[in-house]
Amino acid sequence: MAGPAAFDEMGGIDAPPRPAYAEIAAWFREASPDMIANRKAEAEAFFRRIGITFAVYGDEEGAERIIPFDILPRILSATEWQRLAEGLEQRVQALNAFIGDVYGAREIVRAGIVPEDLILANPAFRPEMTRIRPAKGLYCHVAGIDLVRTGPECFHVLEDNCRTPSGVSYMMENREAMLRLFPELFSKLRVKPVDQYPEDLHATLRSLAPATSPGEPTVVVLTPGPYNSAYYEHSFLADRMGVELVEGRDLFVRGNIVYMRTTEGPQRVDVIYRRIDDEYLDPLAFRPDSTLGVPGLMSAYKAGNVTLTNAVGTGVADDKAIYSYMPEIVRFFTGRDPILANVETWRCREPAALDHVLANLAKLVVKEVNGSGGYGMLVGPHATRAQCEAFAAKIRANPENYIAQPTLALSTVPAYVEEGLAPRHVDLRPFVLTGADRVRIVPGGLTRVALKKGSLVVNSSQGGGTKDTWVLETDPPEAGPGADAPAPAQNQTNG
Amino acid sequence: MLARTADNLYWLSRYVERAESLARILDVALRLATLPSAYAGTSNEWESAIATATCRDLFYETHAEATQAAVTRFLIAGPTNPSSIRTCIETARNNARAVRTAITTEMWEILNEAWNDIKRLKFESLNSKDLARFLAYVREVSLRFDGAAYRTMLRTDHFWFQRLGMFVERADTTARLLDVKYHVLLPEAEPVGGGLDYFQWSALLRAVSALNSYHLIYRQGIKPWLVADFLILKPEQPRSLIFSYENLNRVLDLLADRYGRQGPSQRLAWQIYAGLQNQDGDTLFQTGLHEFLGQFIADNNRLGLAISEQYLQ
Repeated sequence: MAGPAAFDEMGGIDAPPRPAYAEIAAWFREASPDMIANRKAEAEAFFRRIGITFAVYGDEEGAERIIPFDILPRILSATEWQRLAEGLEQRVQALNAFIGDVYGAREIVRAGIVPEDLILANPAFRPEMTRIRPAKGLYCHVAGIDLVRTGPECFHVLEDNCRTPSGVSYMMENREAMLRLFPELFSKLRVKPVDQYPEDLHATLRSLAPATSPGEPTVVVLTPGPYNSAYYEHSFLADRMGVELVEGRDLFVRGNIVYMRTTEGPQRVDVIYRRIDDEYLDPLAFRPDSTLGVPGLMSAYKAGNVTLTNAVGTGVADDKAIYSYMPEIVRFFTGRDPILANVETWRCREPAALDHVLANLAKLVVKEVNGSGGYGMLVGPHATRAQCEAFAAKIRANPENYIAQPTLALSTVPAYVEEGLAPRHVDLRPFVLTGADRVRIVPGGLTRVALKKGSLVVNSSQGGGTKDTWVLETDPPEAGPGADAPAPAQNQTNG
Repeated sequence: MLARTADNLYWLSRYVERAESLARILDVALRLATLPSAYAGTSNEWESAIATATCRDLFYETHAEATQAAVTRFLIAGPTNPSSIRTCIETARNNARAVRTAITTEMWEILNEAWNDIKRLKFESLNSKDLARFLAYVREVSLRFDGAAYRTMLRTDHFWFQRLGMFVERADTTARLLDVKYHVLLPEAEPVGGGLDYFQWSALLRAVSALNSYHLIYRQGIKPWLVADFLILKPEQPRSLIFSYENLNRVLDLLADRYGRQGPSQRLAWQIYAGLQNQDGDTLFQTGLHEFLGQFIADNNRLGLAISEQYLQ
């Protein structure tokens, strides 16, 4: 499905490499198949060991999986990253303003930009939040923005993840693996480090401490427990930040203040980086059957005595129907054109769009408004006629629930697969931290790669793998070594 | 530190220590079972094994007779036994998993490996030789775990809670081993120190790895009152009650210093320790070892509860 049109970020397998990849392409082309096989085996051993750490938390041996790792890194030049970083900061700033507005004056509704029913009928909308103003007026402190690329200058946002985005531990472990396996590559290329992420996260969380917090704020990571699939990441982050990893039962609320039970008695908690969903946070406020949460947490939150990261109700912004309004949302709240483009999106709730979608189903990707993880979607060009027809019936029955997008010619990066080096589609999830003091973005993010030939689905649940993501410290020369003339083959327009 | 983390560390070592104790109890029984009854006495060693492991009632709920096959299977992996070697290792591993970052990689790997090994084992087909080898393996797991903790953990409250669990459990086991032996060995008609019980006492010493050290310390034949003296009052003997309490006191003091406050567990541990220091072996044995040990086991339990209330909730 890649088609000949797919843009390869390295420049192809045999063609001259794009400048950022020059060193890497040369190294991998010269490397003997034995050496590649060796390094691949080493990488696997490294991840199996990490995997053992991961397996620690899986409940059954069969359920423990190691996400495949590809040893050829994905590289972004300094200039490419600079622009992405600006776009990401703008996007997350708009998301925060939007969420604040949704739970506040709702000016964007009054301005006729986003329909109110889209907000009120959204299952992630939390009416409680209209009466709660989180610390510093910020909602989405940790965002994971999924980006795809279709050309040298064409990055699109595919999805905003404003709830509890995961994957950052893979970003860090991937770098760790590459540093061990390919130290010689890091001496050739200056790659921006990523290992400051836990420190950045800690600084972000501390900056968000409630005004009532006495002295140095106490930060904790709240996990659903060892049986959660992301438990490894939860313990990894707590460990690297040097804060406690707590479960709901370790916390209690007295006098609207949250405490954790320690060997020295109750200790006040000021900031909770929670990795459990809204509806499980507090059995008194949400699902009464939740044993993962803390009774009374919402009233402490309402009293302004604790910060929850991310704030409650941020899911209202990462819904795929709201997504389609993001260009207008960015313009409305930042007063500027969005730096990062959206993917063109048809909202099936609108009759004209619905007709278009139904007539062109075989060419489109259709997604559930609240779906995630690559489930509940139709990839038209890969679907049989019967599948399309069945899906069309589902759309007709409940058009509100669907959006459609064109199948993009997603960019590829070569990956080592069974038949050797071959182009595979990739996406990128950078992590954006918004604190009261400033925005922090670790250069890079998690690159996911669809290891099945032609597949566009990068989710690990559907056969996806990961690559290390390198952001170069400085731009490489435009052409090959020694050449001063601009390279005609490289069409790096600034558009 | 989170109370739950301390609780996990404490129970984690208690369960490892308990697995080792069960292995030692079975070891004694196995050794005595191989002796002709003229030497071993008429008592049923397997009966005494389940008594020492404090699961006699539970055992007889599902079994009619304490045979070697039934007792070993029950203590190693009995499906109705919540405190079998298998469940001890499993529970220890689960506790470790819940506090994975509070223990060292070495400690984790030992437990994880042990759990994987034990999971695969077919207990139905164990013959006596396999059984002896398995019991040695369990003791080795505990030794390695203890060694890994001792050599790799930071000396912070994490380490101290790990030690607390180990010593509370060990004191309990030693007291029970002695008590049950004493009971079994001294039926009303039999005089203390009669010829019959020589092998029983030496099997007991051997099972707690103390036979050679007994000879080193006392330089004479095995006398029941000296065995009691050795396992209760000799601070040089690492399985003695007084050794456990010396260490419990030291660790509880370190915790009190670190947290800046004394509590009921510190007071209770000192009381029990002082009680042990004021004993002497002869009188202890003549005036009622059983009463003394019964009281000790109850006191030790109270200390466990006090630690739990003071730190682990």
